[in-house]
Amino acid sequence: MNLFRRLFSRKRLYNDLSDEIREHLEEKVEELVTGGMLRKEAEHAARREFGNVMLTEEDGRDVWRWASVEDFVIDVRFSLRTLRHNPMFTAVALLTIAIGIGANTAAFSVVNSVLLKPLNYPNAEQLVSLHQIAPGAPGLADFESGLHLSPSMYFTYAEHNRTFQSLGVWDTGTASVTGLAEPEQVRTVEVSDGVLQALDVQPAVGRWLSEADQVPRGPQRVMLSYGYWQRRFGRDRSVVGRNITVDARPREVVGVMPKGFRLVDTEFDVMVPLAFERGKLILAGFGYNGIARIKPGVTIAEANADLTRMLSVWMDSWTNGPGTNPHFYETWKITPMIRPLKREVIGNISDVLWVVMGTIGLVMLIACANVTNLLLVRIEARRQELAVRAALGASWGRMVRALLVESVILGLMGGVLGAAFAYGGVRLLLAIGPANLPRLSEISLDARTLGFTVLLALLSGLLLGLIPALKYAGPQASFALRSGGRAASASRERHRARSILVVGQVAMALVLLVSAVLMIRTFQVLRTVDPGFTDARHLQVMRISIPGALVPEPEQVMRIQNEILEKLAAIPGVKSAGLVSEMPMEGFDSDWDCIFAQDKTYQDNVMAPLRLYKYISPGFLQTAGTRLIAGREFTWSEVYGLRPVVMISENLARETWGTPSAALGKQLREFPSMPWHEVIGVIEDVREKGVQEKAPEIVYWPPMMNYLFGRNTADTIRTETFAIRSERAGAEGFLNEARQAVWSVNSNLPLASVRTMQEVYDASLARTSFTLTMLGIAGAMALSLGLIGIYGVVSYSVSQRHREFGIRLALGAQSGAVLQMVLRQVAALVFVGVVIGIGTALGLTRLMRSLLFGVSAHDPMTFASVAAALICVALLASYLPARRAMRVDPMVALRYE
Amino acid sequence: MKNSEQRDLFPGALEMMILRTLKRQPLHGYALAQHIKRTSQDLLQIEEGSLYPALQRLLREELVKAEWGISATNRRVRIYKLTAAGAKHLQQEVSRFERMLEGITRVLAPEES
Repeated sequence: MNLFRRLFSRKRLYNDLSDEIREHLEEKVEELVTGGMLRKEAEHAARREFGNVMLTEEDGRDVWRWASVEDFVIDVRFSLRTLRHNPMFTAVALLTIAIGIGANTAAFSVVNSVLLKPLNYPNAEQLVSLHQIAPGAPGLADFESGLHLSPSMYFTYAEHNRTFQSLGVWDTGTASVTGLAEPEQVRTVEVSDGVLQALDVQPAVGRWLSEADQVPRGPQRVMLSYGYWQRRFGRDRSVVGRNITVDARPREVVGVMPKGFRLVDTEFDVMVPLAFERGKLILAGFGYNGIARIKPGVTIAEANADLTRMLSVWMDSWTNGPGTNPHFYETWKITPMIRPLKREVIGNISDVLWVVMGTIGLVMLIACANVTNLLLVRIEARRQELAVRAALGASWGRMVRALLVESVILGLMGGVLGAAFAYGGVRLLLAIGPANLPRLSEISLDARTLGFTVLLALLSGLLLGLIPALKYAGPQASFALRSGGRAASASRERHRARSILVVGQVAMALVLLVSAVLMIRTFQVLRTVDPGFTDARHLQVMRISIPGALVPEPEQVMRIQNEILEKLAAIPGVKSAGLVSEMPMEGFDSDWDCIFAQDKTYQDNVMAPLRLYKYISPGFLQTAGTRLIAGREFTWSEVYGLRPVVMISENLARETWGTPSAALGKQLREFPSMPWHEVIGVIEDVREKGVQEKAPEIVYWPPMMNYLFGRNTADTIRTETFAIRSERAGAEGFLNEARQAVWSVNSNLPLASVRTMQEVYDASLARTSFTLTMLGIAGAMALSLGLIGIYGVVSYSVSQRHREFGIRLALGAQSGAVLQMVLRQVAALVFVGVVIGIGTALGLTRLMRSLLFGVSAHDPMTFASVAAALICVALLASYLPARRAMRVDPMVALRYE
Repeated sequence: MKNSEQRDLFPGALEMMILRTLKRQPLHGYALAQHIKRTSQDLLQIEEGSLYPALQRLLREELVKAEWGISATNRRVRIYKLTAAGAKHLQQEVSRFERMLEGITRVLAPEES
């Protein structure tokens, strides 16, 4: 293409043209002089005949130009020069835009990585979680996670389905690994056959767990996660085939999963086969997460229908034991509700993220409004320049383009800077690593995020320039020439744009502040909720598991746990220690089952409402600070004597017998072959699932009892949380002593989940506090940007109206009256903004209802106080510049003219 | 704004005259201007300068080519020459122009009926 040749040879072309024209004129002059004319006259005549030399040259050059592009380049150059010559303006505008774009880019990168990007599995859209609900199951309605799968359900689904490529169940757990270094508690996932096939991620080393590894009492095999392999084996590939001791049993390592592999969103160290004993399975045992890969082309509805069909196959094929009706579960109305796996991973965080994204977007709008304001002020000063340009024939479109080019350049430069801010912000976010944020490790600035940034920069650039361009480059631009830049007093027209901006900023700031205050109120309310334990900061918790392979005798387990408790209690500074199957909010899988009261009747006598089961040792209540409402707690002699005693939560007592004291002496049992247990104590309600969630009804059993696992022998809970009440909780020295205390009893016992209850409590509030922090930041940014905006507008308008104030004062206006006048005008704008803001907020805060607790989305107190505060602060921000209006010296103001 | 005098001619007329002149012999700008002026016997109001943008257009379309040389009066001048494409273009333009002229003439001719 000769376009390039043209571009490069253009300089020569232009020179040729100039030379040629010069030669032309000279030749002409010479000829005329030869004809007898004076040289001077000849020169004039030659030029006259020739016409406008400049214009001719320009027209000649125009022929070669790529006109629109080159005009654009000129605009860009001119804009850059103007921006360079106004460093203060440029710095402030750029910084504002950059912060806005940076915050938006960071927020978008989180939304993109967490919500938009597909999961990290091949063809992830085919992956589903086998979620099901059971609205007819008493007590189950509380289950946020629905009804999990039982092993028999898994076998039925796996063998009879028509819509899945592969299907499996899994669960999380912990295990102790011994024999490597110190005994270590590791995170495990237990998987059935089908899980790895469904996820379809190939191992980094070795092979998958196979169907042969799922045989109970067959060869014991495990897989490792990449992280654990790296940490413990230094990525030694020869680990495959070696044995490691998991829960005191040697198991052969068959493979290592690749880096970054997680099971749904669960990080783990060791993957263990579930190895169900098929012959011993019953219908019940709903404890496993189901995961599947649906066949291509199959819809979720079809898959749901397939599961529904198989439910009756399931009830026909299995039983809960002699004398039970397998079709009893029809009353539970089990309904498959398959969800895309991505939704399962994301969970309820998407509300939070969209709210955050929305608020940050509003901040961006406010930032844009501020910069637009700056541009308006600056362009006011350039009215003359624009008028001259218009008078010289610059077309309207051309001038609009020039102004837009300038604002788009601002936007793009802000975008570059903003991307840098966003990079820092994302790094910061990853460093803080808010718990509960799924897919945290996948958050990064990718191409899509950068595309978003560019788009945002362009859009904000256009938005910024639009108002000034339409307003000043418009058809009446040349008016300014006539008024000569000393427009007597500002016309209403000239202030309208800025007034609209103030109103908009106030409205948006109000929306953000209301949201932030609603979150603060939520947080306050949550803080006042009694979680069911006291002084969390001085309550140390740790999990210890005693595997059957290490200590087979259940009573021996109880004695070891008891001894550990005594050793822990003997540590200096420890007030007491107790044992519980799980502390509130720890998030371990809990145990739910039916409970029957002797003096109540139950429909068909098979099923009673499901209650949470917990197991607590003597001394636990005092240690945790959980109040005993009535009766007494267990004694060690009752525990070792396997006495049939039980305690219940206050809400269960009230529900069943009306008052806590009425519950004492009543009899409870889980199933008919179990002896009745006497209720000896009633315990205050505990917010097991976090303070936002209703306290569940709980049955507290002794930590060792007959029929714990359905058989008439004493059994104990082998994995328990040890709670220690001490002023020294959390201190490193204290933890060392605690470890030594445990190991002095048995040196093979690892300690896991060592935390103070405060950490557990904070983690359970992480979602709320994350939202609060983000909204707080957004609200603060909105408020300060809004104030700067109002301050700027008022001080500019005061400076523009200097003369008017001078005249007013000279005519005898009281300075106080002038001040009032300015403030009244601002107040009117702010008021309009507040009204619009309240209207918008009423609509928008409804979207965040799921994040609120104990406060209405339309809480009148919040709305009123934010509105009042905003008006006060806005008046304060305008008071300072308005005072200058009052101090105008009439003589000086008038002499200016 | 652009070449307001050229509006007296129709677009392309100047280019056509340049091409026709150059067909006779290669010329430089000044000589070209003088020749057109002389031949048209000053009937056409053409600013000498307007020749140059027209020449640039012809150069761009590669209908003429230019070379620096020495004129008869011993000046360093840029001499324009018709290219083959230029000759062809001229032929087309002239026949188009003649047809147009004929059309206009017929319309303008006093009615004979």
